[in-house]
Amino acid sequence: MIELTTLAGITLLGAVLGLDMVSFPQAMLSRPIVGSTLAGALCGNTAAGLLVGILLECFALETMPFGASRYPEWGPASVAAGVLAAVPAGTDGSSRIAPFAVLAGLAAAMLAGRTLVWLRQFNAREAARHRDAIAAGDASAIVGLQWTGIIVDFGRAGAVTALLVVVLVPVRNMVLAQSGAGGATAVLFAAVVSVGVGGGAFWKVVHNTRGYGWWMLAGLLMGLGVMVAR
Amino acid sequence: MTAARTLPLGTWLRVFARLFAVQGGYNYEVMIGNGIAYAAEPAFRLLPGGRDGAAYHAALARHSRYFNSHPYLAALAVGALVRAELDGEDPARIERFRTACCGPLGAAGDRLIWAGWLPFCSALGLLAFGAGLRAAGVVAVFVGVFNLGHIALRAWGLRAGYREGLQVAAALASPLLRKSPLHVARGTALVAGAALPLVLQRLGAVREWGATSLVVELALATALAAGLARWQGRIDGWRVGVGLLVIFVLYSVVR
Repeated sequence: MIELTTLAGITLLGAVLGLDMVSFPQAMLSRPIVGSTLAGALCGNTAAGLLVGILLECFALETMPFGASRYPEWGPASVAAGVLAAVPAGTDGSSRIAPFAVLAGLAAAMLAGRTLVWLRQFNAREAARHRDAIAAGDASAIVGLQWTGIIVDFGRAGAVTALLVVVLVPVRNMVLAQSGAGGATAVLFAAVVSVGVGGGAFWKVVHNTRGYGWWMLAGLLMGLGVMVAR
Repeated sequence: MTAARTLPLGTWLRVFARLFAVQGGYNYEVMIGNGIAYAAEPAFRLLPGGRDGAAYHAALARHSRYFNSHPYLAALAVGALVRAELDGEDPARIERFRTACCGPLGAAGDRLIWAGWLPFCSALGLLAFGAGLRAAGVVAVFVGVFNLGHIALRAWGLRAGYREGLQVAAALASPLLRKSPLHVARGTALVAGAALPLVLQRLGAVREWGATSLVVELALATALAAGLARWQGRIDGWRVGVGLLVIFVLYSVVR
């Protein structure tokens, strides 16, 4: 169970991070590496939040917001995934639930992305409502439209976060109760899949760059060298 | 071109701060058009007649129309448009400029940020995790480095746009926009190559089967990454990942 005060904090965090995604200030606070970690910290298990944040970040690399494309909304989804991993769950519960938390985070990001479309449709309706004033160069209409969009986005992100947490935590508890996978196996499976997806995503980003293979190989050798030296 | 008039510091700061909210009213009708007018508005107060003048209202009306670009590089457009309005450029010329710069600013920003700086900073964050940093350190590395570039780019864009005015194409040809994507991509390849095995190693700290399993995990992750790279364009990596996770979760629940 999540206490009401914790839920309020999580909702506020989701609202701030969801706002960051598009409206203000686009500082990438909404990325899973940040959002899930902060959510974990709010729930008292920062390490579990970080673990899921790292796994989700590998997936997030696959879905960059190019042009005016529709993309997943990572703010509330990252927060929800961090909460799923960090809420107390007994011995190695956070590890056992990691694959489900990542999966739920991905599904949540896709669903939350849909609410961004609704927000833009709402903004368009608001713009149409004030069309004459804006066309006349009325500063209050222009500033008002901007602030309305920001405030509604803040509320949207908070509501989505609260809904995700309220719906997903009981599901997570059921999965955890039924799951026969050990913590180590669950984390390793999620890690292999996430690192594989992340590796593919990085390749997509750099493969048009001259000599990229050598740079990647050099990095890989450095990483393996550090691994062996440890 | 005459020298640009000096803007008061307060005006600069207001315009710069508003650039961070340029997408606040984002919609499918005018995209970030309203945001451009919103960001430039403090500078338009300097037009003849001030807030009550016809020039102020005409400029706001002009710039609240359709506009689309990468949000960070919108700073370049806002700087140029503010300069053009304060210089009293022909409105038809300003309109042509607005239409012409959408595509280049969008493409340059996508290449530099979404396909460059952000993946690089993600790789740095993963490397920080793999290197063993605590949560606060990982978040600080990612957020700190990303926003150094982010804030510097917006500040550069506003200054360069205002300096060049409607001749801002020269700024688009600057080494920052032309060459840095190449260097950033190489950096991303290097850092990502180092980060991914270290991430696996740290996540394997809960491992019970020793070093042999790490080699197996690395081989499996590499095979998955190579497969996704081989079939790029035909399959989305995240869909494959979701499928694998669904199978694992279902198997762990029903077995």
